[in-house]
Amino acid sequence: MSDSHASSALAHQFEDLEQQHEAASLGMWIFLATEVMFFGGIFAGYAIYRNLYLPGFEAGSHMLNVTIGAVNTAVLICSSLTMALAVRAAQMGKRNALVTFLILTIALGLAFVIIKLTLEWRHDYLEGFAPGLNFTFAGANAKSVELFFCFYFIMTGVHALHMVIGVGVLGVLLIQAWKGHFGPDHFNAVEGAGLYWHFVDIVWIFLFPLLYLIGGRY
Amino acid sequence: MQGHVVPKKTYFAIFGVLLALTILTTGMAYVNLGQWNTIVALIIACCKATLVVLFFMHLRWSPSVMRVVLLSALLWLAILISLTTTDFFSRDWIPIPEGWESSMLRPPTPPGNLLQRASCQAI
Repeated sequence: MSDSHASSALAHQFEDLEQQHEAASLGMWIFLATEVMFFGGIFAGYAIYRNLYLPGFEAGSHMLNVTIGAVNTAVLICSSLTMALAVRAAQMGKRNALVTFLILTIALGLAFVIIKLTLEWRHDYLEGFAPGLNFTFAGANAKSVELFFCFYFIMTGVHALHMVIGVGVLGVLLIQAWKGHFGPDHFNAVEGAGLYWHFVDIVWIFLFPLLYLIGGRY
Repeated sequence: MQGHVVPKKTYFAIFGVLLALTILTTGMAYVNLGQWNTIVALIIACCKATLVVLFFMHLRWSPSVMRVVLLSALLWLAILISLTTTDFFSRDWIPIPEGWESSMLRPPTPPGNLLQRASCQAI
């Protein structure tokens, strides 16, 4: 038995902590590859219908609020920074910093979802932009605009669902971090959650221009 | 300790660049570039995603097996989008030959068979 096997952080199937760390990250990256395909299907559908019904998609996009979209992008980028700093704190074994940054990340993630829910979806619903529920649009290309709003609600909806799941994961990590669960030898869970969180951020980085900025605002 | 510990100032620098690019992409939407608006927005989004992947997700310091996973994900995404779009946008390049349409696509509908009638109308 080597010394490293004496460490409780090391699962018995791994040679050493470094290998265990790489295996955990690799597993997360493979999961994210499947997530790329999940969102990729929606993006491919969006690309096709946007090209087929461009005027309607532009008209629909112009009815979204760019300011709220940009503010939400900034909120998400801030949360990615605090998440990266949380992983760093876990790597260095700084418990208090880890707890602080996890709380900040959860707060920013919730802020994103609340802004989305109260300022955007609620507003869109009241304006009559919810396909299948109350879609009422009298202008030209009404059917294409409705299709745009289908994509808008599904894309932002599955993205927000990912945010909510991420907040749940971070909540569990926060409890464990509070109990002093993590340290320089044992932070793979924080790192994995971080990879997921940054991936969800990247999805929004593409959703923001594709939904809010297409066709220009000039 | 495993993994590369990135200096705090690197994270803050990347954060600043990401915020600047967000402002840039929002501002560019108000400038009329014609078709280039979409392309510029996508290029900026790709730059932001690259920064997040390389620094926040530590890919810069990760073993190459993680890069292989990411590149294969992007390759499959490219296959998904390029093959689907080529199908859609090349469909009417070759017209359906005369005589085929009436006999193949619109068979006589048997009376009373609603399901078949509906599928014929959809064509």
